[in-house]
Amino acid sequence: MVTDLGPAVRCRGLVKRYPDIVAVAGLDLQVARGECFGLLGPNGAGKTTTIEILEGLTEQDEGEVEILGRRWREDRAALRHQLGVQLQETQLNDKLTVEETVRLFRSFFHEGPAVVELLEVVELTSKRGAFVGKLSGGQKQRLSVACALAGRPELLFLDEPTTGLDPQSRRQLWTVLERFRATGGTILLTTHYMDEAHVLCDRVGIMDRGRLIALGTPRELVASLGAEHVVEFGVEGASLSEATLRELPGVHGVTQRDGHVALATAELHATVPALLDCLRRQGADLSLLSTHSATLEDVFVSLTGRHLRDG
Amino acid sequence: MVDRGGASHPLVELTLARFREFLREPEAVFWVFAFPVIMTCALGIAFRARGAEPVIVGVVAQDGADGVRATLEAAGGFTVRSVAPGDVDRAIRDGRAPVVVVPGRPPAYRYDEARAESQVARLAVDAALQRAAGRVDAFAARQEPIDVVGSRYIDWLVPGLLGMNIMSTGLWGVGFAIVQARTRKLLKRLVATPMSRAEYLASHVLSRLLFLALETGVIVGFAWVAFDVGVHGGLAALALLALLGALSFGGLGLLVASRARTIEGVSGLMNLVMMPMWVLSGVFFASSNFPDVMQPFIQALPLTALNDALRGVINEGLPLASLWKELALLVAWGTIPFALALKLFRWQ
Repeated sequence: MVTDLGPAVRCRGLVKRYPDIVAVAGLDLQVARGECFGLLGPNGAGKTTTIEILEGLTEQDEGEVEILGRRWREDRAALRHQLGVQLQETQLNDKLTVEETVRLFRSFFHEGPAVVELLEVVELTSKRGAFVGKLSGGQKQRLSVACALAGRPELLFLDEPTTGLDPQSRRQLWTVLERFRATGGTILLTTHYMDEAHVLCDRVGIMDRGRLIALGTPRELVASLGAEHVVEFGVEGASLSEATLRELPGVHGVTQRDGHVALATAELHATVPALLDCLRRQGADLSLLSTHSATLEDVFVSLTGRHLRDG
Repeated sequence: MVDRGGASHPLVELTLARFREFLREPEAVFWVFAFPVIMTCALGIAFRARGAEPVIVGVVAQDGADGVRATLEAAGGFTVRSVAPGDVDRAIRDGRAPVVVVPGRPPAYRYDEARAESQVARLAVDAALQRAAGRVDAFAARQEPIDVVGSRYIDWLVPGLLGMNIMSTGLWGVGFAIVQARTRKLLKRLVATPMSRAEYLASHVLSRLLFLALETGVIVGFAWVAFDVGVHGGLAALALLALLGALSFGGLGLLVASRARTIEGVSGLMNLVMMPMWVLSGVFFASSNFPDVMQPFIQALPLTALNDALRGVINEGLPLASLWKELALLVAWGTIPFALALKLFRWQ
């Protein structure tokens, strides 16, 4: 099938209201073909509602959605064949085996990989005869992705694919997704793990309270802090004014929270000695000092003053 | 040619999935197969044909009791029980003696007019005592007791139990599976694929048909072996009827489950749908016991149609052609709720 070369996902002015909350409050988004795009944000930011509107499972109140150049209203049947969907809360049938489950989903599509290939791609060949109820969390998630890949989709939607998984299972799933990308597929995923976005995504959009509050490559977003490093410290016996901290060499941003201070800095080697000098002069005792490379988490904190896990 | 990567047609895969799911659920297997057999067995034993049984007669322990006892024992066919004078009404009420003779000249009979058993016992006792006292019968009628298989209560009961089982497994089997898939968000996941919604619903009904062959076989086979309840009509006709019954109740099950969000919710609805039919549709006693004004309603119920048709085939050996009204009703009950369910169904 020849498809036009427009974006994989385009939406404009998306709004979804529920009786008690505005879940999506005017969202514009464009995802290019072949791209891996991550929607980031805390729980309740509107990520799931947004992705379900794009998946054609929820109808928006306002705004336009175009998926692979098609609209849900006119081309629902064709779109269903071109998309792979993985939902956050689906529990596949515990009483079926891995292979039976994949066969079932594969049967719905008119083309795609063979059942054995799908099992191979998600590394579940050795578990093909196991009941779904007996799988680990990571295996269940990979099975769920295998079902999403059953129609060899052009675009894959994943809603928090690695939430609740241990680090090893997460990496295994990332490998599966990278393989899909290597075949030219487009991915739109939601996550509240910043490291996941960093590893997988070409671009990320940070969502908070139904809006996109930042958009760019992970590198651009981190760079928007104006600093590549973050120095976190806590002091006892004195308090330092924000103005003083801002004057320290290399510092681009100061965030204070619960007695902890985070400094975004471009020059770690200049900032840290100056900070220590400053603390000594003031007679303050350090109770904590750490540094790390700036991450998307720091971007979120600097934009909202909250941590992602605070929700 | 559509490439399904080694999988079969979605309708086949969906039906197989349902079938496997069910067989791997031991409790469900019990309710569908073991339960009706136990039920048939218990009722069969309770209502088995007992041949000519002695009539139980109570005699009040007072003067003349020995004479009455001797007379009845001489006549034969009676089991005589002595009843204390103050205990007569209770003996009748408890069923210890359907009729109690109060010796005297003439004797008196105490019995319950509303109970057929009591009436029969009174007539038998009266005849025996009258003859012993010298009454001469005007003529001796030829006695022709029938012992036709097919006319016993158990013969009448088995088709009703079969119908009831087709109803309850159809409704529960479809309803539970659907609501469970809904609460587990599996329905939502399925509609995110190109799966045909009609095929999904149809697979639930079709998977019922696979069990049905087993269910019907087990019940009919058991009744035949244990109680000598034979099928007088064609087995193909019986199979077709069971099939129609399953389609009919499968469709109804879909409708009942089309919007329910919880297992509790759907259970309540199921009972609401099934209760009237258990009572009205002639499972344990004939639906003609209900007043005429209710008959049009009763006759329109799918279980009434199914039971009537099953009795027609099993007991009377009627050809299907003569049961066209029942068959048409079952088809209507299968298709209209299915179409409604497809419209009303809550997928998320």
